[in-house]
Amino acid sequence: MEGGVAYENDLNLKETELRLGLPGTGSTIEKGVSGARNNKRPLPETREEGGANGKPDAQHDDQENAPAPKAQIVGWPPIRSYRKNSLQPKKAEAEAAAGMYVKVSMDGAPYLRKIDLTVYKGYPELLRALENMFKLTIGEYSEREGYKGSEYAPTYEDKDGDWMLVGDVPWDMFLSSCKKLRIIKGSEAIGLGCGA
Amino acid sequence: MNYFPDEVLEHIFDFVTSQRDRNSVSQVCKPWYKIESSSRQKVFVGNCYAISPERVIERFPGLKSITLKGKPHFADFNLVPPDWGGFVYPWIEAFARNNMGLEELKLKRMIISDECLELISRSFANFKSLVLVSCEGFSTDGLAAIASNCSFLRELDLQENDVEDHRGHWLSCFPDTCTSLVSLNFACLKGDVNLAALERLVARSPNLRSLRLNHAVPLDILQKILMRAPHLVDLGVGSYVHDPDSETYNKLVTALQKCKSVRSLSGFLEAAPQCLSAFHLICPNLTSLNLSYAPGIHGTELRKLIRHCRKLQRLWILDCIGDEGLEVVASTCKDLQEIRVFPSDPFVGNAAVTEVGLVALSSGCPKLHSILYFCQQMTNAALITVAKNRPNFTRFRLCILDPTKPDAVTNQPLDEGFGAIVHSCKGLRRLSMSGRLTDQVFLYIGMYAEQLEMISIAFAGDTDKGMQYLLNGCKKLRKLEIRDCPFGNAALLMDVGKYETMRSLWMSSCNVTLGGCKSLAKKMPMLNVEIINETDQMDISADDRQKAEKMFLYRTLAGRRKDTPEFVWTL
Repeated sequence: MEGGVAYENDLNLKETELRLGLPGTGSTIEKGVSGARNNKRPLPETREEGGANGKPDAQHDDQENAPAPKAQIVGWPPIRSYRKNSLQPKKAEAEAAAGMYVKVSMDGAPYLRKIDLTVYKGYPELLRALENMFKLTIGEYSEREGYKGSEYAPTYEDKDGDWMLVGDVPWDMFLSSCKKLRIIKGSEAIGLGCGA
Repeated sequence: MNYFPDEVLEHIFDFVTSQRDRNSVSQVCKPWYKIESSSRQKVFVGNCYAISPERVIERFPGLKSITLKGKPHFADFNLVPPDWGGFVYPWIEAFARNNMGLEELKLKRMIISDECLELISRSFANFKSLVLVSCEGFSTDGLAAIASNCSFLRELDLQENDVEDHRGHWLSCFPDTCTSLVSLNFACLKGDVNLAALERLVARSPNLRSLRLNHAVPLDILQKILMRAPHLVDLGVGSYVHDPDSETYNKLVTALQKCKSVRSLSGFLEAAPQCLSAFHLICPNLTSLNLSYAPGIHGTELRKLIRHCRKLQRLWILDCIGDEGLEVVASTCKDLQEIRVFPSDPFVGNAAVTEVGLVALSSGCPKLHSILYFCQQMTNAALITVAKNRPNFTRFRLCILDPTKPDAVTNQPLDEGFGAIVHSCKGLRRLSMSGRLTDQVFLYIGMYAEQLEMISIAFAGDTDKGMQYLLNGCKKLRKLEIRDCPFGNAALLMDVGKYETMRSLWMSSCNVTLGGCKSLAKKMPMLNVEIINETDQMDISADDRQKAEKMFLYRTLAGRRKDTPEFVWTL
């Protein structure tokens, strides 16, 4: 039946045009959410090759079984920003107003500082801010080696009272469990992968 | 008719009010053109870049009222960068320079500055009405200028604008001598207002019939205002949070009892649902109800409220009403003509209504002809039933929150369902679709949607044929907007003459290339073909095979516009 055939073909192309990123990657789509203009075409290469190989069926299965992608597409659903903003103002305002101020101590510094964790969107921003505030370099985080190669490492005290390395857990989880921050010198960080 | 003196013809033309009809009148013969043009007072310009203000002034020297629209519709959804254009200043400046007796100004999706508002307030002695819809670029300082200087102001209507709020002193700027207000809507202002000034203003405005407050007006002030303005026809309650046992609440009930003329109700930006019963007095007379900004009102309280609204003609609501609530609407509101169901949680994407609610509405409301429906899912069977029940739809906009979701029961594309809608609803003028859709649906639309003027398409179609069916079939098409569809140059260039019969075409994230757009621009000098390039990836001299991420084209008599920002190229 026409409808059936169309559906088959439709699938092949649909798989490629649906996505704003490769299946499985939410990141391309989420970039659009933050309000930054989502400028990149959705992976034109994918669009072209979609029909050529068996991939679409696998993707079809993904689509059928996985729940509808909750990742947000720029400009979708099509409602005015005024309306979108009015539906979430309470939440946004509450968060903005409350903030999440935590103390930051650094060994050797004469006094502590306080920062509002909610103004940062993620670890990189937080680390840059700390670097700026204390005039030091923290370096790159790696799961295996922590902040290897840098003089300092950022740590935090979590809800249980344990001192943890900043960066191990997802950002949201970190936000909800971090009680205070402490920047330790490399020499102390044996076992946390810092220093020489 | 040619033997009548001009004054007689002019008097007869006065009875012709719609712009389309007046346009037709002006095309009959030269004398009629002359008389019609010199006597026309109201002008509608659907695209501010389609014609220059000077030309409008030259043709309609008696112009008193103008409506201007700026940005493309998809700007509402953040698809157009903020500085794209739509500046009203050149228009106002031209009107002022030519001593036009402007009295009414209505703008949609335009940028208006405080300087411009000030210019309006000083240049037009009889200025009476300012209506701004989805505009930006101004602050409450501009409003202060309007309030201060427009002695005969009747209407100040601000709908969903992005206004920079410098606190509430603008209301105090209405002089004591200003008693002419008929309509005041400042619901979209985010800041505080001077409540005493508001009360005094209402007290000295005996003609006030429409008042929409913002969230900063508390209940006790609302009650006092209602006591002073019992003849209100349209009321927008700001926030509505209070204790049902308080004296203020009792006073409110008394005040509402006196408001026998209210026909339109909106607002409830924050609401305590248990206090809604105060409004049950008003509900039986309501013809228009907008609760789409009231997420706090749902469930049993909402249904109770609706059950009192037997005369409702227009309802704007959030999807937390649920299918069950829509069934209550369907059984109660037999006069319903227009309904809009908005998503209450657009970020998460869980809509609380489905095809069930839509079918209920179509079967229960015989006069329903205009719908905007955000839902979780849809089926072909439901759409086919809706089409059978309601062949009188003129506007049908369906948005499934997951834009490519197929029929929820059969997993088929929704081609057949939408096909049934266009086939049955012979008067359909506006259509938006979503869900999984193939080229087939466009074949149906091209074949059946003879009256269609505006269509919005997203994530639909398979090949260029889809767009071609549309352009070939819909003879009355005026506005076409497409995003994320696999339509390319073959479709774009198939019938270039068509675009001169239309107001505009928007295509974003499709397959048209820079080369295709250039070719179109070359063939059609009466079109402005704009490429919006946000990434800096594209160079105007770049490879023509590159895809044009965002293209907006429109017919124009004004040539290239001179205010394009860096990232917009007119080809």
